Amino acid sequence: MYDGGKIITGLIIFFLLFTFPIWYNKVTGKASAVPKPEIITKEKRCVEPTEYMKESHMKLLDTWRNKVVRENMRLYKGADGKTYPISLTNTCLDCHSNKEKFCDQCHNYVGVTPPCWSCHVIPKESS
Amino acid sequence: MEKSRREFLKIAGFSLLGIGVQPIIKAFGQSEDSKFSKRPEALVGKRWAMVIDPKKCKDDCRDCIDACHRIHNVPDFGNPKDEVKWIWNEPFEKAFPGQEHEYIEEYIEEELKGKPFIVLCNHCENPACVRVCPTKATWKREDGIVMMDYHRCIGCRFCMAACPFGARSLNWRDPRPFIKEINPKYPTRMRGVVEKCNFCAERLAQGLQPACVEACKEKALVFGDLEDPHSEVREILRSNHTIRRKPQLGTNPQVYYIV
Repeated sequence: MYDGGKIITGLIIFFLLFTFPIWYNKVTGKASAVPKPEIITKEKRCVEPTEYMKESHMKLLDTWRNKVVRENMRLYKGADGKTYPISLTNTCLDCHSNKEKFCDQCHNYVGVTPPCWSCHVIPKESS
Repeated sequence: MEKSRREFLKIAGFSLLGIGVQPIIKAFGQSEDSKFSKRPEALVGKRWAMVIDPKKCKDDCRDCIDACHRIHNVPDFGNPKDEVKWIWNEPFEKAFPGQEHEYIEEYIEEELKGKPFIVLCNHCENPACVRVCPTKATWKREDGIVMMDYHRCIGCRFCMAACPFGARSLNWRDPRPFIKEINPKYPTRMRGVVEKCNFCAERLAQGLQPACVEACKEKALVFGDLEDPHSEVREILRSNHTIRRKPQLGTNPQVYYIV
């Protein structure tokens, strides 16, 4: 092989750069810092079980939005049988009154920027 | 693997049965839908309409306009080019073009001379804006309200071109900094979204009258169900001569003016 040394060195450099995201995280341990959203709420339970909310809150919010805007259905019966008015600002964020430490924690981690807040009002953060 | 004709038909028959079962399963599986309900206190109507009596309007009174714009977080950009409005004043000849003539100043009723006419979305029976919207962001509800779904609006402004009443405004800029005091009960809009009067759909759902009607101390605005023959609006239409804006265009506007 002509210039074998150069080729192999080049290949090693390429391989190291290519796998950068994998070993960088292993070495620095930065990305493995799983976000810990703080749950500071008035109520003890959410409208649906926690597991469901963790996985599918975006689907629930999407259905809520369509039901209110397009079908004028403004009340939701939660898993506990209680009826809640459907409102992102005045129901969800009234209870989860710490958007920065709750919503944003995971959203920033997974790199999603839901456009909710360009229109829906964030109530004043309270501790 | 050999299959006899008989066996093949059997399998085909069972498969067909399976298709028939699907709607039944769906019917039982609709527990999601039963979780949603309308508010019991909501006002219900078949054809919401408004009657405006401009004679009752006081000069320079802006109570209805201010109340509406405050409740719905309507921005004030401070220049007419970017203006966003849900309800506003127009002089007679602008509100009713084609009805004015050179002697109107002489013959118009004394009480109506120089009066501002409150104008807003007419919630047309046959809305031109709905026909042109490419994303179905605006549509006519069963109770006659021409609604907007801001989530769907792409800001193409076809509806603004189609509306003969200029009832729709586009947010050319981010409206948030131009709202004096944000009402947290109602969302704001974002840049590139069209907005207009929604006949206070969110207030009707809570059993309240529209904000402009509630704010008017002179009772110049009356809101009600036009399909109910005993409603207040029908009573007023029965006993007064009313006109509408540009009825010749065939959109069938549902805001009536007593003249």
